Parts: sequence; C-alpha cells; structure tokens
Amino acid sequence: MGRKKERSKSKSKKSLFESRIIRRALWDSVKKLNPVYQIKNPVMFVVEAGSVLTTALFLHSVITGRGEASPGFIFQIAVWLWITVLFANFAESMAEGRGKAQADALRKTRQEVMAKRMTKPQRDTPRDSNVTQVPSSQLKKGDVVLVEAGDIIPMDGEVVEGVASVNESAITGESAPVIRESGGDRSAVTGGTMVLSDWLVVRITSNPGETFLDRMISMVEGAKRQKTPNEIALDILLAGLTIIFLLVTATLLPFSIFSVKAAGHGSPVTMTVLVSLLVCLIPTTIGGLLSAIGIAGMDRMIQANVIAMSGRAVEAAGDVDVLLLDKTGTITLGDRQATMFIPAPGVDAHVLADAAQLSSLADETPEGRSIVVLAKEKYSLRERDIHALGAHFVEFSAQTRMSGVNMDGREIRKGASDAVEKYIQKEGGTFPQEVRHIVDDIARQGATPLVVAEGKKVLGVIRLNDIVKGGIKERFAEMRQMGIKTIMITGDNPLTAAAVAAEAGVDDFLAQATPETKLKLIREHQAGGRLVAMTGDGTNDAPALAQADVAVAMNTGTQAAKEAGNLVDLDSNPTKLIEIVEIGKQLLMTRGTLTTFSIANDVAKYFAILPAAFISIYPALGALNIMHLATPQSAVLSAVIFNALIIIFLIPLALRGVKYKPLGAQVVLRNNALIYGVGGLAVPFLGIKLIDMLITALHIV
Amino acid sequence: MSGNDVLQIVIYFTVLVLLAKPLGIFMARVYEGQPVFLGRVLGPFERLFYRLCGIQPEEEMGWKQYALAVLLFSLSGMFAVYALQRFQGALFLNPQKFPAVTPGLSFNTAVSFATNTNWQNYGGESTLSYLTQMAGLAVQNFVSAAAGMAVLVALIRGFKRHAANTIGNFWVDMTRGVLYILLPLSVLYSFLLVSQGVVQSFDKYKTVALTQAVTYETPKLDALGNPVKDAKGNPVMMESEVRQQQIPLGPAASQVAIKQLGTNGGGFFNTNSAHPLEDPTPFSNFLECLAILLIPAALCLTFGEMVGDRRQGWALLITMMLVLAPLTVLGTWSEQGGNPHFASMGIDQAAGALQPGGNMEGKEVRNGIVSSTVWATWTTAASNGSVNSMHDSYTPLGGMIPLVLIQLGEVIFGGVGSGLYGMLIFAILTVFIAGLMVGRTPEYLGKKIEIFEMKMAAFMVLIVNALIKIGTALGVSTKAGLAGISNPGPHGFSEVLYAFSSFADNNGSAFAGLNGNSLFYNTIGGMIMFIGRFWVIIPVLAIAGSLAKKKHVPAGLGTLPTHTPLFVVFLIGVIVVVGALTFMPSLALGPIAEMFTH
Repeated sequence: MGRKKERSKSKSKKSLFESRIIRRALWDSVKKLNPVYQIKNPVMFVVEAGSVLTTALFLHSVITGRGEASPGFIFQIAVWLWITVLFANFAESMAEGRGKAQADALRKTRQEVMAKRMTKPQRDTPRDSNVTQVPSSQLKKGDVVLVEAGDIIPMDGEVVEGVASVNESAITGESAPVIRESGGDRSAVTGGTMVLSDWLVVRITSNPGETFLDRMISMVEGAKRQKTPNEIALDILLAGLTIIFLLVTATLLPFSIFSVKAAGHGSPVTMTVLVSLLVCLIPTTIGGLLSAIGIAGMDRMIQANVIAMSGRAVEAAGDVDVLLLDKTGTITLGDRQATMFIPAPGVDAHVLADAAQLSSLADETPEGRSIVVLAKEKYSLRERDIHALGAHFVEFSAQTRMSGVNMDGREIRKGASDAVEKYIQKEGGTFPQEVRHIVDDIARQGATPLVVAEGKKVLGVIRLNDIVKGGIKERFAEMRQMGIKTIMITGDNPLTAAAVAAEAGVDDFLAQATPETKLKLIREHQAGGRLVAMTGDGTNDAPALAQADVAVAMNTGTQAAKEAGNLVDLDSNPTKLIEIVEIGKQLLMTRGTLTTFSIANDVAKYFAILPAAFISIYPALGALNIMHLATPQSAVLSAVIFNALIIIFLIPLALRGVKYKPLGAQVVLRNNALIYGVGGLAVPFLGIKLIDMLITALHIV
Repeated sequence: MSGNDVLQIVIYFTVLVLLAKPLGIFMARVYEGQPVFLGRVLGPFERLFYRLCGIQPEEEMGWKQYALAVLLFSLSGMFAVYALQRFQGALFLNPQKFPAVTPGLSFNTAVSFATNTNWQNYGGESTLSYLTQMAGLAVQNFVSAAAGMAVLVALIRGFKRHAANTIGNFWVDMTRGVLYILLPLSVLYSFLLVSQGVVQSFDKYKTVALTQAVTYETPKLDALGNPVKDAKGNPVMMESEVRQQQIPLGPAASQVAIKQLGTNGGGFFNTNSAHPLEDPTPFSNFLECLAILLIPAALCLTFGEMVGDRRQGWALLITMMLVLAPLTVLGTWSEQGGNPHFASMGIDQAAGALQPGGNMEGKEVRNGIVSSTVWATWTTAASNGSVNSMHDSYTPLGGMIPLVLIQLGEVIFGGVGSGLYGMLIFAILTVFIAGLMVGRTPEYLGKKIEIFEMKMAAFMVLIVNALIKIGTALGVSTKAGLAGISNPGPHGFSEVLYAFSSFADNNGSAFAGLNGNSLFYNTIGGMIMFIGRFWVIIPVLAIAGSLAKKKHVPAGLGTLPTHTPLFVVFLIGVIVVVGALTFMPSLALGPIAEMFTH
C-alpha cells in the first residue's frame, strides 16, 4: 500500500485542461485547417468547403453590391462556419494535447547515452571484459553491453548476467526501484531506465527506433494513430449521412425554383441558407468529436498507466466476454498465510508449532514468515536467532521440494505432502493414514497443506490459506452484471481451486493450468465467438497472450510476454484488466451517445431553418416556426451558431468519456437513450431559441 | 371519426395478425426445406421441375452467385415482358386486336413488373392483350414477388449460419416460394374473388345498353380536326348522347389475387381496384386489402422462426404495426374530416344517417372513407401500389401519409421480402448506434456489425434517397418533366415527388394527376425502378454473404437485446428520424405547404 501512495505522489497527474495544453491546442487547430488534413474527416471537410463557399459569396456581395443576401448576414454565417471547423480541430488537438505533453517528457529520457559495448564477454568475470564506448544509437540487436550503477540502460534488452536495482520511473512513474536479474521472469530491461546499484550485462533485443520507449512515445502522441475498425464503420455511416444531406440540400435549389414559379411569388432559397442547412444537418457534432473520442480513450489508458500497442486493443477491451485471471496476485494476495497447525496423532501441538517455527526461521518467504508469526501468536513461541542456535538452514530446492533446518542432530523438514512422504519412506518411516486425511481435508477446503516431519516421524500439518483480496468479490459481481465471465487460472489442484473460486466469486476456474491448457481454454472460448482477455508476465504466458484478444502484459514481465501482449500495464497490477474493460466500454459508449445526440439535434434545426428558407414562397410555412424565431435570418444564424457551440460544450464529455456503470445492457441503453436521444431532441430547441433571443436583442442581424 | 370507423380499422389489424402467425410459420418450413402439408401433392411437380431445368437442389450458392442468379432471372423476365408487348399484335389471345405497345411504355412496364414495382403507365383494358396480361404481367407478379422473398430468405440464412460460405440456392427458393406459397394462396384467393363477382373470362369486351342515356357536350370539329368557332370566337358545341357502354372483360380474378398478395399492385384495369370488376363488394375489398399486408406481415414471423427466436420476428412486426396503425388512423381522421374547399362550396360532408361523410372526391361510394384510407395507407406501407381510390384527391394530410410511408423506405411491411430485408437493414443501423451506446461493438442476432455491413447499409439508404431526389429535381426542372404535371402549386410538386418516390422504392402507386406516359417518365422512371430494386438487392445479398461467414457471438448480459420494447422504440426512432430528416424539406414544399395554405 505504501508503494502505491508513493507512486501517485511521484507521478504528476496532468489535468485535462491545463493552460499549456490549451494554448498548444489552439495553435494546432488553426494548422489543421489545411484541406489535405481535413479530407480525412469527410464531415468536417464538407463544413470547410461550405466555409470557403460562403466566404466567397460574402466577397462577391461586397464587391458587386448585388449579393444574394445582405453582406453582413453572409459574413456572419461564414465566420461561424469557420468557427465550427476550428472547434472540431480544437477538440482533436485537446485530446492529443496531454499525450503530446507526455511524449515530450518521455522523449527527454530517450537521450543519447554512451553505452559500454562488450566486444568479448568473459563468462565468469564479465566486468573485466573489454568494453568500448559507443553512442546508444549505434547499438544493434544482439549487441551485449555492460551497465553499471548510475548508468542509463541504453536500449531494451535481456539481462544476461548480474542482479541490479533499476529505477524505471521514467517509464512507469513508479519511483521505487525494481530488481532485474538474469534468467526467470525479471530479466527484461527497458532503455532509458537507470541502474541504481550493482551491474548488469544486457543483450540488446531491439534496433534503434523500435524500442519500447519509441513505441510508447508514438502511441502516446497518437502520431501513428490508425482508425480502429469500429471507428471506420461509424465514419462510413457518417459519410453516408453527409452525402444524403448533401443531396437533400442540393436538390432544394431546383425544388424551390419550381415552387417559386408554382406559387408565383417569393425567391428561391439562397446558397448561404443552403450551406447553412447542410452544415446543420450533417452530423458535425459527432464528426467533429469522433477522432477526439478515440484519442481520449487511448489517453485514458495512459492515465491508468496502461500503454495500448494499438487502438484496436482498446476497442476490443469493451467487447471482452471472458476474463482469464491468474489466481495469485490478482484474486488472492500474492502470498499464502499459515492459519493453523494440525498435529499428527500422538504429537503435541506445541511440538509441531516449535518444529514448524524452527524450520521457518531462515525462510524469508512470506509463507515462512507467516508460520513464525502464527507460532508466536498461538503458542507464544518467541522468535529465535537461527545463528545463535547454530542451526543449518536447508533451502527449498526443486529436487526435494522441501525446506528445513538441521540442528543438534535434529532434521526438521516441511514440504508438500507427497514430497514429505517420499522423504519419510527414504528415511525408513511410515506416513500415517490420519495425516493423509488431514491433508486431503485441508486441500478440499481450498487451503494448502504443508507437512512437517522430524527425522522419520511426521509431526503434523501446517495449513496455509490463500487470502482473497478485499473487494474482489464485488468486482466480479459487477463483471457479471456487465455480462463478462471470469475464469480463475491456477496451478493448484482442482479441490483448492474450486474452494478459492467459490470464495472469490469467479464464474469458473482452470486448475492445474499449464501453458497448453491455458491456450486451449482461450481457443475454445474464441471458437464459441467470445472475446477473451488475460494478463500475463512470464515467458510461458506468451503463447496464451498472443492468442488472447486483449492481452495485458505486466511491465515487470519478460520481453517475450511484452511482445505478445497488446497492452502493457506499467503498474504491473493484474487487477487492472477490469479497469481496462471499463475504459474500452466507455470509449464505445461515448461514440454511440454522441452519434445519437448529433442526429437527434437535426430535428430542431429543421424547424428553425425550413420555415426561414421557404417563407417567401409559401408564407403559410411560417406555421412550422414553432420556436417563434424573430426573423428568417436570425433563425438561420441561430441554428448555425448552436451547431458550432455544441461542439465546444461537448468537448469535456468527449475527452472524459460517458460514465460507465456496470448495469445490464437494457438499463444502460434506456438511460443513454433518454439522456442523449430525447435530450438531443429537446436541447437544440432551447439553445436555438436562446441564441435567437440574444442576437435579436443585440441587433446582430 | 366515428366508433364505426375505429371498429373497422381494428378488425383489419386483428384479422391480419391472426392470419400472419400460421402463415409465417408455414413459410419458414417451406424455405427450410421441411415437409409441408402441400408437399405430397406438389412435391412431384417440384422435383420434376428441377429435373427439367437441370437444377441440383442440394447445391448451394455463395452470395455473388446468388445475386447473379437473381439479376439474370429478373433481366430475362424483363425482356420477355418487353417482347410480349412489342409483338402482342401478332400473337394470340388478343380479342380486342390491340396493336404493339410503344417502345417507351413497353420498357417502363417491363421494368415495372420485373422489379415488383408495378407502376402503371399503361391502361390495362385499353392497351394490353390477354396474353400480355397473363404470360407477361401475371407471371412477373409471381416471380418478382418470389424473388424478393428469396433474397430475404438468403439474408435470414446469413444471420442464421456461421462460418458458412453459402446462403442457399436461388432456384430452389424461387421454385418453393412460387409453388408452395404464392400459387396455393392465389388459387384460393381467385376463387374467393370470383365468388364476389370479380370477372374471369377470355371473352371479348361486352357492349351493353345503358338503362339511362347520358348526354354531354363536345366541341364541334371540322374536317381537319380543329374546333369550329362561331363569330365571337367561341367553340361551337354540339350535344352527344351515349346509349351504350362497353364492358371490359378478361382473366382478372386470377391476376388480382396475385397482384394483391405479391405486393405487385399493377391492376388488370386502368383504375385498378377502384374498378367495380376488380373489386366489386365490401367483402372483396376486405380480402384484397388484407392480402396487401398478409405475406409481408407473416414474413416477420418467418424470420423469427428461422433464426430460432420468435421474439425477434414479433419485435419487427410490432415495430411495423406501431408505425402503420397511427398513420392509418391519422389518414382516416383527415379524410373523414372532409375537404375545406368543398365545405366552402356548400357541400355537406358531415357523417349522417344517409351518408358516411368525409372527403369523397376520388373515392368509390361502395368503399367509403375507411376502406379507402386503410387501403391507401396499407398499399403504400407495403410496396403494393394498387389503389381503390385516387390519392391525388386526398386532403393534403391524407395524401401526405401515403407519400411518407413510401419515403420511409418501404420498410413498414414493404414489398414481399423486400420490405423485411429493408427493415433488417434498418435494424442493423439501429443496432450499430444502440449497440455502441451500451459499450460494445454492435452485434445483431449474434453477428458483429462491422465495416463491410455498414458500407452496404449506408449505400442502400443512400442510393434510394439519391434516386428520389435527383429524379424529382429532373422532374421539376426539365421541360419534359414539367409537361407531365397537371396541377398547379405545391400539389404539382407533390405529384412529381410521389412518382419518383414510388419508382425508387418500388411501390408503384401514383398521385394520379401526373401524366406519366411520356418518353421522359417512361425511361427515367424505368431506370430508377431498376436501380432502386437491384442496387438494393445486391448489397443485401452482400451483407447476407458476409454475415454467413462470421462466427456467432453468444448473447450475454452485456449484449443489447433486440426483442425488447426499448429496442422497438429505438428502431422506430431511427426509421422515423432518418425518414423525416431526409424528406422533410421536400415535403415542406409539397403537402406541408398545401396543408397550411387553405
């Protein structure tokens, strides 16, 4: 917990609306007026074309003095159309702003450093090998470098030799150092981080420009941001609507010319009004905010300290149907705790507790600590100094799968029941049937039995319990509400797994998991059409990570795991997956709600513009002016102003995202349909009327 | 509106729903190749037909192959109808000795029938031989309807199948649709109609003496055909007297049955079902009106049955009902309210003991208001287009409702097959927006709606809209287009707008005031009908193919349910808002302007 607090202190959270970001965004939004840039967004491109057209109409009316409407009116329309484009650009720039600021900070850490390249690494004494100083930019994949205390690691790599503490705060924002060592799951180091103590020999695993930091910068900055599939699909819908409305407005010209002839009076609708109508009808609100929503979604991931390697992963996160969660560290606290000593028949509980404590005195694992503490608490056995006792500690080894202590001719061992049984048999003793029952009972209850033996006598069993994290059950209940199935992955036997699963409230579990069974489980769910998310850190997780649709790799994990994942959690917090799903859902919801809002808005705009456009032809159409807008010109202008302002008003929503509550789809749809659908119908009536009252009062038109 | 009016409307809707359910389930069995009760009688014919045509019924088609089959089949039908009209003078079954139909009109009629539009620029009893009517029009009435249903079934299979490359066999769907559904229903209907007095005969037209002679004045013409003028320059009038009447005959009942059932609408006679020999009694009127919506309504339930979730079918049927029912009531209310212009002429339009009242211009006295307005709304909701009253003479609001129903895209029931596949495309669009709102990438019936589907759906909505807009623009801005308009003011605009909406959405009904039998309307209209049909069918089949290939995503708590009242409301919202947004400006210059200008 202490570390967590420290992190949030050390990492300065950037506010959404910092003045520096706003200033930069303002300038960027002007730069983005470039049509080459605008054409990527068909909706806003049409608005820009309309702005150019109305500007030309204004100039024409000033120069010739015979414009289609008063120059003042055309001028104001033109100005507001330009503002509409600028507002949309501003939204996008704001969304990019925080990422850009962060990218700048990251770039600073990507400074050129001198690396100590080892020409011929010596096997036993690597520090004595010959090193040549080369700039980091000249390092290639496969080079081996020496990094000593105070050095910056020049590039991403794998530790070949040595153990060192490394400050990775440049990447993770976490100021507490982490241990990096060769072999195992903590061997990956990231370029730009600093070695604080000791030394490492690192084999470089990436070429210049392809490092994790480089990728992170480009993702954070959104430089190579590609539209995600769903964004493209929505873009198509918006482009389709835009073309339809283009047809609607373009054909109004011949229609109105005919109507003028038919009615015998009035004048055809002007180009200025047609352009205004067009801009009001095409979905500028969502069109202007769409890319901002996408960028902001990525940005929210970054704020959660997760780096998305593709926008697609963020989108897919919203769709996740199945969550695979590692038991240890995610569902339970990483460590098991001793909760009970159960002596074998004929053995005093004190004897067992004493032996258990002795065997664990030198055991610095949390499990070992918890045994010592339990013995102290329950049987008042004080901690003793192992050196003073002259004891020899026997470390846990993969062969014996036991640890223990040798002192005064006593040989105390503790370990898994089958390991101890083998040991006892070797010593010539017998493993009591009763103890076997105790062991099975404990396992059935979801705990881990640890058998303690002295010599050839079995003393009893220590019961180790998995401690399920507080609040995790509620999180899983939320997941269920969201329609997400949670599956616990564990190496434990099925009995233990079932008990923990029941306590934690997960929907299902995979016991005695191996990389193969994990991969198989993912494939099975995918074959059933489900989207699977998982977290992992080890090299043996890599195949499953590569197979999963949303794969979160821990930053502390191996290079292989990080390569295989499409999201990297810098905090290395496995519970983060839940947050990631929520961010994904938020992104999709924001798109949907703003699209609904944008289209619903159009209804009111019709009631503003249509009577204004046709009133000279059919005065009776004044009946459609239900908002009682003052004049045709004020009506058109009000609608255009409203259309521009709504973009600005919705920027905070687009950037923060619609709030996601874990409720069923039906409830979420009803709430959002009421707020953004019905609200979208009503708000513009009010807004346009207010603007009309204002501009009439100010005598603007 | 009186209680009687309401009661009539309720009866129409109730009987419709009662009949739709069994028919829907029956049709699902037909298209799934399951045994049906007619199978024993008709099965041998089906197998014989396959053998004769060399069709392998088990061989399935991919969407491209299916689309090609639809297209080729429809094109050949079109050529056949064209050829029949051009050569009818030299062919048999032509007792009235009608000459060849002009090329422009032949083209229009051929396209019109092959696309299930059945726009009538021809006058049946004054232009077409019995052979053309039967071998040309009636055959197309069957097969164009069956083609629409086949395309729908292919789309349903797209939803139903997963990881599949095929969507069925067009020839089988076509054959089974005609043989098991359309033919038996039509036979049944023909007998019912004949029992009511609808004519079915190969005889020459009959000449009968009028019981009361009719006299009228015509201008006197000189030898050159110019009117003779008197000294003041006024034409000299002379009195004519008519003592005889020619009664057209023909195999009408058999054709009227399929015309109503297959949402065709092309009448045997020029005035369609306003003609007493097409629709003589209240009961025949009830039957014909019911037939308009029978198959489109039942197909909704077929859909639910085939995708294995009946609620999905009911949801769509209820959606359609909820749009149609209020419009039916509104239209009836408007017509029953009468015509203000008549009121100023001192004509009594109030319902009383002796008359039902209302705006009776252009309506048949034997039908009255309700039977006319229900027909008018239903025939435009479905893309039937047959009429028993003249929509041109409706009140502005009463006339706008049929227009709006067409412009909603013919998805409120719509054509047999075509209406529901259009509705399903709207459902896809709705799911896309609503699905996002619940925080998932959208899926409908377990199929993800992605880029390709959106492309096709957007294209479909766009193409029909473009056809209407561009067509109407041409109609009101070119000399040839303007020549057809017979009414001044906004009403003239409505006529053109109605015509092009009817072409593009393959409805086929008309605001009769427009003279459509000109080179301009025949060719442009023909082209628009063609594009409006096939440029929609191709993307629909493309979506079917793409959906069939996808995996099935099982529904969970986070999945947007698509059978709930909430979804129905959302779907209606999308249909109405998209329709309103695209057509409000043009409606404002037509019926809306008319409505507010008294």
